[in-house]
Amino acid sequence: MIHKLTNSIRWIGLAGLFAMVAISCEREVSDDAVLATFPNTAEVYTDNPVGLTDQFFESFNPAEGYNPEAFDTDDTEAYLGSSSIRLDIPAPNDPDGGFVGGVFSDRGEGRDLSGYDALTFWIKASRTAVFDEVGFGTTFTGERFATKRFGVPLSTQWRKIIIPIPDPSKLTQESGLFSFITGSESTGGVGFTIWIDEIKFESLGTLGQYRPAILDGDDITQEGFLEVPFQLSGLTQTVNSESGEDITVLASPSYFNFETSNSEVATINETGLVSVVGIGEVEITASIGNDVAAGSLTLNVDGGFNFAPGPTRPAEDVVSLFSDAYDDIPVSRYNSFFEPFQTTLGGVVQVGPESIIRYTDLNFVGIVFNDVTFPAEAVQPVNATGLTHLHLDINVQEELQPGDQIKLELTNYGATETVGSFTITTDDLVSDDWASFDIPLSDFSGLTDRNRIGLLLFNSEVGANNPTISTIFLDNIYFYTE
Amino acid sequence: MKKVKYKLILGLLTLSFFSCDLDETQEVVTKNNLVWSDEFDQDGAPNPENWKFDIGDGTEQGIPGWGNNELQFYTDRPENAKVENGVLVITARQETFQGNNYTSARLTTQGLFEKEYGRFEARIKLPFGKGYWPAFWLLGVPKTINVDGEQVLEEWPAVGEIDIMEYLGDEPTTVFGTLHGPNFSGAESISKDFSLENDRFDEDFHVFGIEWSPNRVNYYVDDVLYHSLTPEDVDEETDGEGEWVFNDRPFYIILNVAIGGNLPGNPTPETEFPQRMIVDYVRVYE
Repeated sequence: MIHKLTNSIRWIGLAGLFAMVAISCEREVSDDAVLATFPNTAEVYTDNPVGLTDQFFESFNPAEGYNPEAFDTDDTEAYLGSSSIRLDIPAPNDPDGGFVGGVFSDRGEGRDLSGYDALTFWIKASRTAVFDEVGFGTTFTGERFATKRFGVPLSTQWRKIIIPIPDPSKLTQESGLFSFITGSESTGGVGFTIWIDEIKFESLGTLGQYRPAILDGDDITQEGFLEVPFQLSGLTQTVNSESGEDITVLASPSYFNFETSNSEVATINETGLVSVVGIGEVEITASIGNDVAAGSLTLNVDGGFNFAPGPTRPAEDVVSLFSDAYDDIPVSRYNSFFEPFQTTLGGVVQVGPESIIRYTDLNFVGIVFNDVTFPAEAVQPVNATGLTHLHLDINVQEELQPGDQIKLELTNYGATETVGSFTITTDDLVSDDWASFDIPLSDFSGLTDRNRIGLLLFNSEVGANNPTISTIFLDNIYFYTE
Repeated sequence: MKKVKYKLILGLLTLSFFSCDLDETQEVVTKNNLVWSDEFDQDGAPNPENWKFDIGDGTEQGIPGWGNNELQFYTDRPENAKVENGVLVITARQETFQGNNYTSARLTTQGLFEKEYGRFEARIKLPFGKGYWPAFWLLGVPKTINVDGEQVLEEWPAVGEIDIMEYLGDEPTTVFGTLHGPNFSGAESISKDFSLENDRFDEDFHVFGIEWSPNRVNYYVDDVLYHSLTPEDVDEETDGEGEWVFNDRPFYIILNVAIGGNLPGNPTPETEFPQRMIVDYVRVYE
């Protein structure tokens, strides 16, 4: 016992000496300012996982429906060698989870993938189907350089799939080596099997015509508002492959270099978030490497957004249909799109961190929250027997004319449908500003029952086919008890 | 006397070159004496002393769609062909023009520069996408022949055709070199593909050429010889039916970008227009 202990202490002592020597060596080397580099291992899975974490496959959260049992390896199928990855795609109602998804991560500190231009793998399925989402750059700690390809067609023969790297020079230390999410949507809910083999990064050289895009390539011009940020979306990289096929991947914002034409009006950060800081016009553009991205955002900033006054009633007195101040009850539609006579377009729009409802081409439109009108989208109607008022804020986005009106209608879906109406006239509205209304439910003439209210209709028509007010903002629509 | 000696020495040198480049399968003819070139150094229209335009959709020439159901109308407008920044740019556009939906250009040296044998090469960057069919090729000068007592000009394919480089925009890593002649033309022509392993033809310039000598046409891309054809090959490919028409006439040069038709198929909505074939130079050596 004692001897052993002595031995091991000696050994530690020696090791400590070695460590000291090693450290002093490293100090000298670091004077030459050599950048740390990470291994450039290309293979992710061949017949075995290559340099991955011990877990190998880490499923996304089973509580969200990801089925961790659907993943396995298969020693009876392989494109090359003796083994492949096998995914048994579950039916949507599988008790273990209705779809499969997760990540393969590097077991070290990440890999230098800057010498490659694509992730490639071979794939086949037990039937023709679609692989919903596959890529790399995703880990459980982030997706700074996430790259995703959607809707990859699967056949019963092995096929090589290419996921182009949007800009390889960015991937000098990447841990997210492979990730996917897929289910049985493409087969109408019928389970099937997918095999994947030979997952690796490659320098193909045959990829070309890199065409990045922001906002899906659209040039968007819109009003911007002070201190109301705008998140750029639709960030893609499209690449032509050896077979002549264009491959488009969703690329995370960190691949892009963003540019603002006037940083005194708006700035943009690495995540594609535009911050509006001043009055004027600004154009936001982007590029990946030397390739200018299609699409741009032009904001005309006149001032701040005029939000509706914030509600002050205690939440326990409120049943909210639409408000950022309260938790809204489930609503099936904020625009009913009633066919065939409704002309009204629009619905919920995001204004920075908040949202409002914006209707255009108004004749009539409903907010639908019942289990009758659209059975496939059924939600519980509101039992308003204990509630006294309806609140809403309206901002008319045009000049008001004499005779303009908005008639509100509440429908109760009881044993018989009853409808009550209340008309807001032009004198109570304000052009380009908010008007707040607290309407006693007893003022909705004809609303005899209130135990199953499930539709709030806005109608600007005065007589058939004669709409008056066309464009409105709405906010803070809720029932309450006084 | 002196002259004869000099010739003799040259002959010897040539011989030794031959022996150097000989290998088991193909014979390489090295031709390094530049006899004609266009470096495209003068901005503006292509030099009219070197090039003329074929105009139209082929109807006037008696071959609507240029014999292949091609979709473009060739013009001599700068929108379709011009020299700038040291290169010739042939631009194919999607636009309604004279009843056609695409315009492009086709330049030839017909009547301006026609030559038998030599090394013909050009440095070119190509467009991409379904429907693009650019080419760098040679056509033989027709001879007057006697048909039933009437003097007529030979027609294609009797005149011969040497396609130095053809390319389809939806196969961006592959070009092909082809010979057409009597009894081996069109779909029966003698052709070979060349594919880049780790590169494409639409991202950078590449050199496309032939070395043409009596009874031989060698095809190369950059520094790779990939195809060598002789009368024996034509005999073999055509069961003796084909006729080698590359020893008895000069040929002229054609540069063009065709759109759609039998070979490439028509453009799709995804095909990007306009796009350009960019030619850095065309050189001919002996």
